[in-house]
Amino acid sequence: MFAAFVSGALFALGLSLSGMTEPARVIGFLDVTGAWDPSLAFVMGGAVTVFAVLYQVIVRRLAQPLVAETFHLPPRARIDAKLLVGAALFGVGWGLAGLCPGPALVALGAGKVEAALFTLAMVAGSWLASLLPQLGRARARELPPGPGLAQDDF
Amino acid sequence: MSIEWTRALLGGVLIGCAAALLLLTHGRLAGISGALGGMLGRRGPGDTSWRLGFLSALVVGGVLFVRIWPERFGTLGMPRWPVLIIAGLLVGIGTRVGQGCTSGHGVCGLGRGSVRSLAATLTFMASAVLTVLLTRHLL
Repeated sequence: MFAAFVSGALFALGLSLSGMTEPARVIGFLDVTGAWDPSLAFVMGGAVTVFAVLYQVIVRRLAQPLVAETFHLPPRARIDAKLLVGAALFGVGWGLAGLCPGPALVALGAGKVEAALFTLAMVAGSWLASLLPQLGRARARELPPGPGLAQDDF
Repeated sequence: MSIEWTRALLGGVLIGCAAALLLLTHGRLAGISGALGGMLGRRGPGDTSWRLGFLSALVVGGVLFVRIWPERFGTLGMPRWPVLIIAGLLVGIGTRVGQGCTSGHGVCGLGRGSVRSLAATLTFMASAVLTVLLTRHLL
């Protein structure tokens, strides 16, 4: 739990420093036909590059993680309608508010009422979607019994 | 390179390191919507503490960093409350149905060469850009 806390704290530092917690900047980044502010592309670029290198080192060198029994890694290949519809809906919400889940939690800690409201709605939405019968069935079919690989790890 | 670009790059590097640390220690991908969504349902043994630690640190981080960089937490440009609620619902539903958000698909998924995450990332980037185009310029 301590390691997870340190990781979360580093993550929050990265989000705050980079500008991802500023809805106006996020919307400026998404506003490609207006006064486009491309600076946030460096956030994803930097994060993906660093993670890609460290991921290879960790997964190749270690048989198991330091404080857990197995690596929990979701499948990489399957593309289905659920994935694309979900991602499209997420993008609409992100574009409307300028907040995605991580920055919303950090801004909530910063005492922003708007972020608290957004987070409440987000949790409610996630819970509602988990009740969808189709998703429930799909999970039941895909999940092996016990603490195996989870499909919804992100 | 301007200071904003430098901060964005440095922030991105820190996010990449944070995600690698979670993988190294707990064997988990740092997907925030999934870490949060997983708190709502039934969980296997040992599946709660890493989520709690990771998520609470994000909130505690906000408490600290708003004191250092108050300008990083402006709410300028945010929509009115009804729209904010709809946006939150869409993000919650969308990330659950699509099994990931900017961190899970956009950072971890792309970083590990996941075609699935690439498809998701291209889709949510496109729909977010379209949404901003519609709401800020056309409506």
